[in-house]
Amino acid sequence: MTNSQRTPYDGIVMAAPVTIPYVRYSIESAQWWIGRALGALVAQAGIKASDIDGLCVSSFTMGTDSGIGLTQHFGLCVRWLDTIPLGGASAIAGLRKAARAVQARDADIVACVAGDTNHVDSFRLTLENFSRFNQDAVYPYGAGGANASFALIARNYMRTFGVSREDVGRIAVAQRANALRNPHALMKTPLTLEQYLAARPISDPIHLFDCVMPCAGAEAFLVMREETAASLGLPAARLLSTIERHNAFADDPMQVRGGWAMDVGELYAMAAVNPDDLDIVQTYDDYPVITMMQFEDLGFCRKGEGAEFVRAHDLTIDGDFPHNTSGGQLSVGQAGAAGAYLGLVEGLRQVLGAAGPTQVRNARLGLASGFGMINYDRGLASGAAIFAGPSR
Amino acid sequence: MLQRCEACGAFAYPAREACPSCLSPDLAFADAPRGGVLLAETTARVPSDVYFRERVPWRIGLVKMDCGPTIVAHLHTDCVEGAPVRMSLQLDKSGQAVTFARPEGETPNMADDRQWREMTADPKFRRVLVTNGRSVIGQEAVVALKAAGAKTVFVGVAEPWRPFAGEDLLRRQEGVEVVTLDAADEKSAADLAADIGGKVEILVNTTEYVRAGGLLDRKGTSIARDEIDQAYLGFINLAQAFGPAMRMRGADGINNSVAWVNILSVYALANWPAFGAYSASQAACLSLSHCLRAELRPGGIKVMNLFTGPVDTEWFQTVPPPKVAPRAVAQAIVSGLKNGLEEMYVGDVAEEIRQRLAANPKALERELDR
Ligand SMILES: [Zn+2]
Repeated sequence: MTNSQRTPYDGIVMAAPVTIPYVRYSIESAQWWIGRALGALVAQAGIKASDIDGLCVSSFTMGTDSGIGLTQHFGLCVRWLDTIPLGGASAIAGLRKAARAVQARDADIVACVAGDTNHVDSFRLTLENFSRFNQDAVYPYGAGGANASFALIARNYMRTFGVSREDVGRIAVAQRANALRNPHALMKTPLTLEQYLAARPISDPIHLFDCVMPCAGAEAFLVMREETAASLGLPAARLLSTIERHNAFADDPMQVRGGWAMDVGELYAMAAVNPDDLDIVQTYDDYPVITMMQFEDLGFCRKGEGAEFVRAHDLTIDGDFPHNTSGGQLSVGQAGAAGAYLGLVEGLRQVLGAAGPTQVRNARLGLASGFGMINYDRGLASGAAIFAGPSR
Repeated sequence: MLQRCEACGAFAYPAREACPSCLSPDLAFADAPRGGVLLAETTARVPSDVYFRERVPWRIGLVKMDCGPTIVAHLHTDCVEGAPVRMSLQLDKSGQAVTFARPEGETPNMADDRQWREMTADPKFRRVLVTNGRSVIGQEAVVALKAAGAKTVFVGVAEPWRPFAGEDLLRRQEGVEVVTLDAADEKSAADLAADIGGKVEILVNTTEYVRAGGLLDRKGTSIARDEIDQAYLGFINLAQAFGPAMRMRGADGINNSVAWVNILSVYALANWPAFGAYSASQAACLSLSHCLRAELRPGGIKVMNLFTGPVDTEWFQTVPPPKVAPRAVAQAIVSGLKNGLEEMYVGDVAEEIRQRLAANPKALERELDR
């Protein structure tokens, strides 16, 4: 079955990238973090809260609260509402839905927001309650969440394609270098490849610097039509194309590719650009080996060439392939569902020229990807978006 | 056991409500072929789970089953990536059924694997208390446990100065220590526990008190009282004397307590009027065993119930065959411990009653009346 021609996102833009600086542990609730992000959106866009007529929320730690509860909580009166529980794919999925909502004029200004808190015990609670398949088929094996599941994927991938820990480590090391320029990154000390290799093992071949640090934080942006942004005098990035895929390649015995590989042709065709045209790339980096997989699946190299690709390129802000310029989740921290937004929000800042100390020169065209929901043996959700700043 | 789709025959894992191949809702648990291939393994060193944190490093892997699904499993140390494995369902320390992968063929000292021993209660290297050495089952249990590699078998004998059949053999065995124990006597149980309670890793409750008769053919309650004293209160005495220390020592390194075994009449499940009062005392013990299982679970101690039909001993002399040989009961104890089971049915009668009870309990009740 081939997909029919999709409607282009003509005139759909994103604006007001917001990051509420992360903290390792927070005694505040997820709602508090989401509220701060909404407040920052309104302030940055110079609008009133009542101008927001669409809301899209993602969070793991809202408890029994949902998007509808949040409208009352924050005094929002919206005519379009969605709650997206797709983990690391939530930002791309939220963006896609919001874009179509404003395109169809079901809403004019949609706030996309993700936030999570991190109490001292909330990581464990999230693990225990992740999904039914996870509870039945992973938790009793002591995996304790994603580390062991990703370890199995990483081990198989590295063995299949002859990838060494040094290869994977280059990604983490480059991101740490980027993070040192981001005052909000939780990781503030340099990381050498030697330190990466010498780190203590967590679940072979996953070692300490392959893992993200759970933390509290929030990320947000607005989606609207170009003319709305213009009337507000808001710098905005045009949405050129998106893809989203769930439960791809179910017959692969082990995950060596994500759903991007299924849709990557469409991603670039819809945007009418080539991978080489991109100025910045923000992948979903819950583990660097997943990033390496994305370099292949998103068309920067062929399957099995990821290691060679990272050896041949400089992934830092000033390098020839600026990647995860804020430091990514690996060095900034993973604030639950906000981790899905981190790359997209940083990508927006980049193409809007608003990234400050992490700004890549002349960044005009960006890509951000998402990956999420490891159910028991593989990540199920994938997505990506390409967007362009006003100067392109 | 995996879910199999009744419509298309596909196996599914983890358990779900609709077939991933054809969306049929008719998924039933069925015996699945146990073969598979280990795709990838990892050794968890910093698990978030407290239980595993104390047992690191812990190996798990992803197994592609020959019958279709891929399954996360605990790994036997001899499992190798890319090589065939055999899967089984085991009860872990919390009583949850989990999958365990072992190499396809036998490897040397296979049962000594550290992770396998965590899932099971293998008597090898362990110290065991068999509570009644006067009974034939008790004596056979001692022999079987020693043969299985138990380090020490304590065997309880009430009034040990009174001679009994099989005594010589019992006392001659190396690594067997005869101790004074009358389970029906609270003080006797407590005294022994004060002495060896900290050393018992497996307790095999072989208390037996079998008398024929139901309700109307007996006069008064004296025999019933004895049945209750010996079997039911004896159980309580043993549990109170040994249970707390065993529960506390469930995670005690390699010398940890692991299991409590009860030998119960299968007539605990359905009353056999010819031995009606005895059946009732066994039903009481069965109920108690579920209580004990729940109370020992926090310590990771398994409670295994072994159900038998009439055993070939003096008290069932009047009962026609088939009867279970005491040696078969003893061997079942060892095999149940080695496989970490919670329930076992020994012999044809027990197995038949299990099946008939599942099929039609009212019909079974009626038929036992003959
Ligand atoms: Zn089917």
